Amino acid sequence: MIWADLTIFLPEIILSLFAMAALLGAVYSVKDAATAILTWATAGLFVVTAIWIGASADGTQVAFNGMFIDDAFARFAKVTILGAAACVLVMGQGYLVKRGMTMFEFPILVTLSVVGMMMMVSSGDLIVLYMGLELQSLALYVVAALRRDSAKSTEAGLKYFVLGALSSGLLLYGASLIYGYSGTTLFSGIIQTASEGEMSLGLLFGLVFLIAGLGFKVSAVPFHMWTPDVYEGAPTPVTAFFATAPKVAAIALFARVMHDAFGQAVGDWQQIIAMLSLLSMFLGAVAAIGQTDIKRLMAFSSIAHMGYALMGLAAGTVLGVQAMLIYMAIYVATNVGTFAFILSMERDGRPVTDIASLEMLSNREPGKAWAMLALLFSLAGVPPFLGFFAKFYVLRAAYDGGLAWLAVAGVIASVIGAFYYLRIVFFMFFGQDRDDPAQIARDPILSGFVVASALVMIIGIANLFGIESIAAAAAETLVN
Amino acid sequence: MDNLLSITTFLPALAALILAVFLRGEDEAAQRNAKWLAFVATSVTFVISLFILAQFEPSNTDFQMVETREWLLGLQYKMGVDGISVLFVMLTTFLMPLVIAASWDVTKRVKEYMIAFLVLETLMLGVFMSLDLVLFYLFFEAGLIPMFLVIGIWGGANRVYASFKFFLYTFLGSVLMLVAMVAMFAEAQTTDIEALMRHQFDFETFSILGVQIVGGFQTLLFLAFFASFAVKMPMWPVHTWLPDAHVQAPTAGSVVLAAILLKMGGYGFLRFSLPMFPVGADVMTPLILWMSAIAIVYTSLVALVQEDMKKLIAYSSVAHMGYVTMGIFAANQQGIDGAIFQMISHGFISGALFLCVGVIYDRMHTRDIDAYGGLVNRMPAYALIFMLFTMANVGLPGTSGFIGEFLTLLGVFQVNTWVAMIATTGVIFSAAYALWLYRRVVFGDLIKESLKTIQDMSLRERAIFAPLVVMTLLLGVYPAPVLDMIGPSVAALIDQYDIARAAFDAAHQFAAN
Repeated sequence: MIWADLTIFLPEIILSLFAMAALLGAVYSVKDAATAILTWATAGLFVVTAIWIGASADGTQVAFNGMFIDDAFARFAKVTILGAAACVLVMGQGYLVKRGMTMFEFPILVTLSVVGMMMMVSSGDLIVLYMGLELQSLALYVVAALRRDSAKSTEAGLKYFVLGALSSGLLLYGASLIYGYSGTTLFSGIIQTASEGEMSLGLLFGLVFLIAGLGFKVSAVPFHMWTPDVYEGAPTPVTAFFATAPKVAAIALFARVMHDAFGQAVGDWQQIIAMLSLLSMFLGAVAAIGQTDIKRLMAFSSIAHMGYALMGLAAGTVLGVQAMLIYMAIYVATNVGTFAFILSMERDGRPVTDIASLEMLSNREPGKAWAMLALLFSLAGVPPFLGFFAKFYVLRAAYDGGLAWLAVAGVIASVIGAFYYLRIVFFMFFGQDRDDPAQIARDPILSGFVVASALVMIIGIANLFGIESIAAAAAETLVN
Repeated sequence: MDNLLSITTFLPALAALILAVFLRGEDEAAQRNAKWLAFVATSVTFVISLFILAQFEPSNTDFQMVETREWLLGLQYKMGVDGISVLFVMLTTFLMPLVIAASWDVTKRVKEYMIAFLVLETLMLGVFMSLDLVLFYLFFEAGLIPMFLVIGIWGGANRVYASFKFFLYTFLGSVLMLVAMVAMFAEAQTTDIEALMRHQFDFETFSILGVQIVGGFQTLLFLAFFASFAVKMPMWPVHTWLPDAHVQAPTAGSVVLAAILLKMGGYGFLRFSLPMFPVGADVMTPLILWMSAIAIVYTSLVALVQEDMKKLIAYSSVAHMGYVTMGIFAANQQGIDGAIFQMISHGFISGALFLCVGVIYDRMHTRDIDAYGGLVNRMPAYALIFMLFTMANVGLPGTSGFIGEFLTLLGVFQVNTWVAMIATTGVIFSAAYALWLYRRVVFGDLIKESLKTIQDMSLRERAIFAPLVVMTLLLGVYPAPVLDMIGPSVAALIDQYDIARAAFDAAHQFAAN
């Protein structure tokens, strides 16, 4: 019995064992000198695990009496998370070496947070949810402060920790209320007691606190305050990581809780999430306009994008979850390329993040400037790039779910948002030459990621690489 | 050939890809290769498109040469042409080689310039051929990107403002259309344009927040599409992006913008607004007719006081597009025939006028009307060509401009006499601003020192104008080929529109009783 449960859990176990073995091995041997090997090994392991999970049997398997669920939805999210984490690790390696920040802890902490994320998306119980979330968050707090000697990085870590702890508190409080009023921590039990229109007040309170806590993790407005500071303060490879894998995990967890535990009471949470979505889209669009730092800009951009993903969730339908998954997959693919570009921005070997330093980049680095152009238009949701299809799916889901007003608001926010992406294009293509421009590091790995990501944005429109039907199957298993 | 339309559409894009991948360097040879490749590609596209014209049967009102393939999410890749779209396809392929030839003196980033125009051609052709809502939107919207870059990179002094205004204005209009498309997809469960034309959207009157929406869902859909096409057209009062974009864009950009991109708005009205939301269109018709009348008079008056030649022609374009919207929403055979004819002819005339400005701008690097005068003394050939197109712009009988204007006025007279009357005054105004412009630039004594050495048009420039002159005069004296081509499809469209309108009126009557 226990063995059967453990085999379902095997990928997580292997990753955890790997992390611990790597930690011990590195501490007792060459320490930081092992970083490069460790990074590549971790990324390799992620990729292998992703393929393994992706290729594993269909169907839903449940372990530990329903506390841990392995279904198509979880697998979709896990493959996305693992892929994103592997890309970011490989991308960041060169940057960290160049800046003398090689620390063997980085890949290990990333591994641990990825284990946490995998638990989050598979959780079938409030306790497992919390454990996964905390494992992920604690690892992230530490990597945010990876540059111990930088005030900004430390500040980012501390800020993230304090606010993260607060949100965890809210979430736990909500969880305890839900437990108190439903008598169980299992999602499959909660769903029996939480049906539309006849939820007890305590359960409703619990739901709201839970949403607040999860809202913090996906950085939805009004729980977004930490995002810009943490994105800006953390070293860029870490920021790239923050912008991709944890976002997928958090929003997948969000969907899991809402549908698995409160799937019978869509009307009770739909309005809250629609509101989070609306505020995120508009704040993300408006606040990014004045930014001069590209990392800060990407922070607001990610807030706006979470708003669109939440729009899919707010629909409360199979189509909505499918749209959300597709949105996140495309978002990750775009952000990997964008951050690869940001990682390669430098001046005399030092990293720069000033948008204005990109002025007339198209004269110096035409290839990368054009690739970045494709990525930016994709982020803005302008066809023919893949980002448009991401938006099209969520709009369709929102309209289908009876949220036509949200769809209208969403497209208007996307016009406002287009402005700041265009501003980067303006600097790269329309500006004047300047004295101290940013250079682009000659790093084949980063260039490869930028170009590959840009090509994905164009080629993907042929058939979305087949993820459409996979996402549909995943959404089907989640929503009953 | 089964996929003639796809070949025509994607040939320029293929050439752009070849340029992007294989052409290296910025030296003179590379620049020349880029220009020649672009010119050959657009010319070949034109030749291939002649086969479309040859295969097209005007009497058949269905879509022809249809290609269908499955795509994502129940969408499809579907291309086809009918009598309404085929001439826009021809207009595009006809003008693009001329546009490339007119850009021969570009020296800044030639390769990228040619790529931008080739991609733009693919996207414009796609707009006129696509028979799937989302595919249409894809082409329609993607066209903003190359145009944004053309204005922003190769534009004049104030190009950044103009390019942003152009992009954001049109983007805002289009995203509302996107929501409407999503709604149509959800209601009709298909994005096939043919199927959607047959699908009857709900027109039950309802109220939102206490406001009665006559024509209900159809009116809302109509308004969302209207937001996009009215900006693209552009109609008064959302035309203000156009003068800025025209003034700042390079000559070739202005030509494409005026001659082809603006026509997408009119084409959209004919392809979507009238057949799919007839009730919505019926409800909004009076407003649109009056808006068109205001546009004609107001923008003509504005054109009268312009100091910048391109701006003047831009405003005159807005006025001429006023005739088009008026003709379309008159919704009778003369009106719509005239509107399409006007769009085609305006494609030649406004394109030629912007090229005329380009000719002297290339020599003097100014577009100020005051900087010129007496050009006829040194540039007789130029004076002749400019005069021809000025007259065509005024709508002189014998030029293609007359046919379109006359037919639209004829059409609208049957629907709304007052609008027709006011719009007719626009003909006088257009004569005023166009002839005055011509007088100030071409006639008079050549007193300005800087003009004393100006050269007349080169052989290349004359060659560019020759086809435009031929088309303008040919269609002016013998418009039948165009009208025969579009007639049956327009008649079918009007039939369908009238049936739907009658159904709405009956329902309305029933509700009133």
